[in-house]
Amino acid sequence: MAKYANPGQPDSVVSFKPRYDHFIGGEYVAPAKGQYFENSTPITGQAFTEVARGTSEDVEKALDAAHAAAPAWGKTSVAERANILNKIADRVEANLELIAIAESWDNGKACRETLAADIPLAIDHLRYFAGALRAQEGGISQIDEDTVAYHFHEPLGVVGQIIPWNFPILMAIWKLAPALAAGNAVVLKPAEQTPTSIHVLNELVQDLLPPGVLNIVNGFGVEAGKPLASSNRIRKIAFTGETTTGRLISQYASENLIPVTLELGGKSPNVFFDDVALQNDAFYDKALEGFAMFALNQGEVCTCPSRALIQGGIYDEFLEQAVKRTEQIKQGHPLDTDTMIGAQASNDQFEKILSYIDIGRQEGARVLTGGGRSDLGGELSGGYYIQPTVFEGNNAMRIFQEEIFGPVVSVARFTDYDDAITIANDTLYGLGAAVWSRDGSTAYRAGRDIQAGRVWVNNYHAYPAHAAFGGYKQSGIGRENHLMMLDHYQQTKNLLVSYSQNAQGFF
Amino acid sequence: MGAPADGVEELPGSGTERVALTPAAADLLVRLTDVHGPLMFHQSGGCCDGSAPMCYPDGDFKLGGQDVHLGDLTVPGLEKPIGFHMSASQFEYWKHTHLTVDVVKGRGSGFSVEAPEGVRFLIRSRLFTDDEWREMQDVT
Repeated sequence: MAKYANPGQPDSVVSFKPRYDHFIGGEYVAPAKGQYFENSTPITGQAFTEVARGTSEDVEKALDAAHAAAPAWGKTSVAERANILNKIADRVEANLELIAIAESWDNGKACRETLAADIPLAIDHLRYFAGALRAQEGGISQIDEDTVAYHFHEPLGVVGQIIPWNFPILMAIWKLAPALAAGNAVVLKPAEQTPTSIHVLNELVQDLLPPGVLNIVNGFGVEAGKPLASSNRIRKIAFTGETTTGRLISQYASENLIPVTLELGGKSPNVFFDDVALQNDAFYDKALEGFAMFALNQGEVCTCPSRALIQGGIYDEFLEQAVKRTEQIKQGHPLDTDTMIGAQASNDQFEKILSYIDIGRQEGARVLTGGGRSDLGGELSGGYYIQPTVFEGNNAMRIFQEEIFGPVVSVARFTDYDDAITIANDTLYGLGAAVWSRDGSTAYRAGRDIQAGRVWVNNYHAYPAHAAFGGYKQSGIGRENHLMMLDHYQQTKNLLVSYSQNAQGFF
Repeated sequence: MGAPADGVEELPGSGTERVALTPAAADLLVRLTDVHGPLMFHQSGGCCDGSAPMCYPDGDFKLGGQDVHLGDLTVPGLEKPIGFHMSASQFEYWKHTHLTVDVVKGRGSGFSVEAPEGVRFLIRSRLFTDDEWREMQDVT
């Protein structure tokens, strides 16, 4: 076991500045209105820095810088852009511990996760898009003997990106890596709950990109997000968040006739077929871990497996063992490397989860474990900790239908294959899902029949850069990750060329 | 008007059988109206701050055929009541519950207008009783 020192203590691997400004045009600049807001850590509830409170003036300034930088950046060679992304990745890797602890402090998540997942995945993502860009091909189509259609990829220009607070750095890199690789300039707005860690990262790499290619404007949604999303000076807006804001951003985008990428969450089913328990072996153990994955990142994951569907033949025994597995999840100080689950990201999130635990009880769902807040004592008493909670109920209950975004799973029984698929698809959303079976045919068919953009088969919560991620139904529009994401940040230029010397014959 | 969930205080006369306000939420709406003008609510779903009610300047969010109007919230001191809306598909899963709009300390997110005040609107819920449920079926 190791416990990292809290930031602010002399032996901490990271020290925050007392204040963070906007990053515009390659330098840190104060907000036009001179206002800042406090940023606190969910670990203790105490403020640790203050951050620029951006307004439309700041967004316009960032757009000016982005428009100044975009034309030259879009014409750099793919090798040059790929090399810069690789250099950013190297710099982040060299400072992994510092960035991971900053991320844990800003968001509340366990450093076990930021050290092993969030930041390594971000690094890999940068390298993936550096590689993918180098290998991307345009197209040549021979229309007839003398006519050729050339298809070129061109950048969109200046794009806006609004980042969520659950994986502040990883989600920023998911959006930045393909956008920058494709040759766009970006104005990025971090979430107001977690506005700081991206600046800790940016300060380490800010000399690598030409000024104005990446601009970061902090602030509240209504004051900084809205002027960005509604601007007629962006060629695309990408957003991760909830459905009402997703609709609002789509409305703004329709006024400007620009594309949107939306990732709006889900209520992901985690389906366990009877044959999972045919043997008590390593695979069975893996399936039990798969059940407990609802607590990863305190349940603050768009793909949280928040509905566990277990087949009748193994229901009682599997659930009993799954609850035991859940009870082994170690909650504690997020900077302790043994801690598996940390703090919820904000007080309002904490209150919302408790309100759902309340409605779950009212609807008659049974609490099998957890069911309330955790008071971890000492400095952590001011933080936002929830016990991993297992509910047993039915799919019509609100706790089965709404994304609680906390460490809460709702469990129901199914009888056969058709019943499993019916329940799994009885949801407004379709982002993630998993099927667990030793039978390849069952797993394949269920994976195809579940209406979700990502179906894990016999695993959960893996996020490799080379696998497309995005939603069916109300979970969103577009994809992230994978080579195809370059396309989301590119225009197609068709050059239709005639090599014939003769008139076309119309006039 | 339906009663609130246990331990939740509602402002009498602030709502309908489906949705109402706590006194703290009503006070906040008066202050926010001073800054932003008349307001509206649209209940969100999904990721991150999903399941939280979003409060916008009235008309900023374009309602459509896929939205349900749950009721108007009456706030003492405000001329116009504040409409509360939700997408019809989401309402299908929420319609058996009475909602109380409350406010808690928080950071907020999305474009909801209260976030810069350091607070966040939050929904408290309770199930309708069988009698209430029957009565509403008769009406609708």
